[in-house]
Amino acid sequence: MAKVTMIQAINQALGLAMERDPKVMVLGEDVGKNGGVFRATEGLLDRFGEARVVDTPLAESAIVGSAVGLAMGGMRPVAEIQFFGFIYETMDQIGTQASRMRFRSQGRFHVPLVIRAPFGGGVRTPEIHSDSLEAFFCHMPGLKVVTPSTPYDAKGLLLSAIQDPDPVLFIEPMRLYRAFREEVPEDWYEVPLGHARIAKSGDDVTVVAWGPMVPVAEAAAEKAGQEGISVEVLDLRTLSPIDTQAIIASVQKTGRAVVVHEAVRTGGFGAEVAALIQEHAFLSLEAPVLRVTGYDTPFPVPSIEDLWLPDAGRLLEAITTVVRY
Amino acid sequence: MKPDKEFPIRRVIDEDGQLVGDRSGVTDDELKEFYRWLVTLRTLDQRAWNLQRQGRIGTYPPFSGQEATQVGVVAALDRMDWICGSYRDWAALAYAGVPLYYPLLNSMGHPVSGNIPDSVQALPVQVVIAAQILHAVGLAWSAKLQGQDRVAVTFFGDGATSQGDFHEALNLASVMKAPVIFVAQNNQWAISVPISRQMNSQTIAQRSLAYNIEGVRVDGNDIIAVFQTLKEVAARVRAGKGPALVEAVTYRLGAHTTADDPTRYRPSDEEARLSHGEPVARLKRYLLGAGILGEEDFQRIDDEAKATVDEAVKTAESYPKSASETVFDHVYQDLTEPLKQQRAAFRQRVAEGGGQRG
Repeated sequence: MAKVTMIQAINQALGLAMERDPKVMVLGEDVGKNGGVFRATEGLLDRFGEARVVDTPLAESAIVGSAVGLAMGGMRPVAEIQFFGFIYETMDQIGTQASRMRFRSQGRFHVPLVIRAPFGGGVRTPEIHSDSLEAFFCHMPGLKVVTPSTPYDAKGLLLSAIQDPDPVLFIEPMRLYRAFREEVPEDWYEVPLGHARIAKSGDDVTVVAWGPMVPVAEAAAEKAGQEGISVEVLDLRTLSPIDTQAIIASVQKTGRAVVVHEAVRTGGFGAEVAALIQEHAFLSLEAPVLRVTGYDTPFPVPSIEDLWLPDAGRLLEAITTVVRY
Repeated sequence: MKPDKEFPIRRVIDEDGQLVGDRSGVTDDELKEFYRWLVTLRTLDQRAWNLQRQGRIGTYPPFSGQEATQVGVVAALDRMDWICGSYRDWAALAYAGVPLYYPLLNSMGHPVSGNIPDSVQALPVQVVIAAQILHAVGLAWSAKLQGQDRVAVTFFGDGATSQGDFHEALNLASVMKAPVIFVAQNNQWAISVPISRQMNSQTIAQRSLAYNIEGVRVDGNDIIAVFQTLKEVAARVRAGKGPALVEAVTYRLGAHTTADDPTRYRPSDEEARLSHGEPVARLKRYLLGAGILGEEDFQRIDDEAKATVDEAVKTAESYPKSASETVFDHVYQDLTEPLKQQRAAFRQRVAEGGGQRG
């Protein structure tokens, strides 16, 4: 088994899916000749041709809106939005069309569409390129929201997403694209949607994380361990539909929880996780559920982002607080 | 450029029903059938308005005035061609084979009205202005990719041409050479905003120049002209010549919806002037003048239309109610864990008699 980066794993998944099913196609800005600005689609144009690897005009609403039609017409489009922040341009096609077509048509039509987008901070981008907007999309019935934190999961989750009969927003943590390599099977395998993963097991406190915050949680867990605190790190992997059972099982074991996300605090998905915990595991709780998040400001300029983003230090503080509560 | 010269309005019969163009390719029998449809649809539309006033259906968006465009376009299509419309396009859907009680059920809030019968290749109506135009591009593109002999037609209004999705759709379709026909129903009004405030272009059709696609303008109240135009346009689009933009110039005879009062914003002299050429009366004048149908025929057609619409109303009003919990059925293919829990709670509430008004 070769060791690959997350971006290579994603590229492998796209290649395998296109090999197996001639209906699978990718479309987006710069996905063809350029292979995507992060090279997620590198080599696909040569292998599958320009009918199935499509450089579209620079128009996000057209990318998603036409992909909705392509999907209803029998294709399996994988649309790329170049940066998650640009998805504002196509909120309507996702929120009022892709996610609702099955419901509106009472099952006559469905939209097997995957929308991929790189997201998150830590890579010194210009404005709007680093935003974490997952909460908007977890608020859209009919849509699934998935985010991997490892190369292995990236490939297996993406293959599941492409097979899924419903629209899936697949957001990829930009800072993890090339952060590390791990062994990934070259062949087809699937990681099922809707299931969280225990990234590290522990007894004293549960840290709920996803995407780019999983390595941060693991680092905080490592530091906490040195202080004698045993942290369980839960990687949600699928945000919608959420794996409530996994969260509750973990919190019932540890009695404490901290949720960490890059996205701004108010109305963030962490609030949903905290609410679920108090609804289902109130009597197990030894301390309030804390959130470690971005601040309620627009994502800052690169010179400030390291301070703004949740890091292992901030997370460790919260872990210590709930343990000492 | 003089847009009104470059994009003249094609017309075969004028407001008074006089033949002013070439009627070739349209038989008398086809015209009789068109007329029967136009009368039936107009009868349905007017009945729906009255039903709303009687509190028997909810908000309804009348299509009166646009029957000739919608029927004429669909009549020129093949059975497997895609139709992507909006909330005012029930006449097109009905002609394509959707039961007449569907628009009534839609305004009664019955979910089945979104489930277009499998025999009709049409998307359910949706209300976000211009969103369906991109779906038509995708459907046409998918047909091309899969080697299917199908085109997609999308209906939208003059207001929709101000939306970004209109531009993005025409541009993308042109670049991809997608076999799609964009039918702009220029009914002069987007709720209360006249076309003069919607655009500073003289015509909608001239925008085709910007996308390097075919653009034509047709009298949308003249079903013969619409049908002929669409036959020609569809043949070119089907042959792989790329997409086309058709501007059907028509007039919204009534209100935007049953919740709207056009006397607040629309001059009555305009209504009088532009209503005169409306499609049903116009075709009737022509058929009468040409001796194709006589007064007795008209009476019979009116009576049949009334009976057909009575039947549709009866079906709609006796249609089995949808079980409330079906609200959970078509969110995803398989019920998610959170939805399973919510449905259980919902069932419990229904079982306990919750949700009853008053």
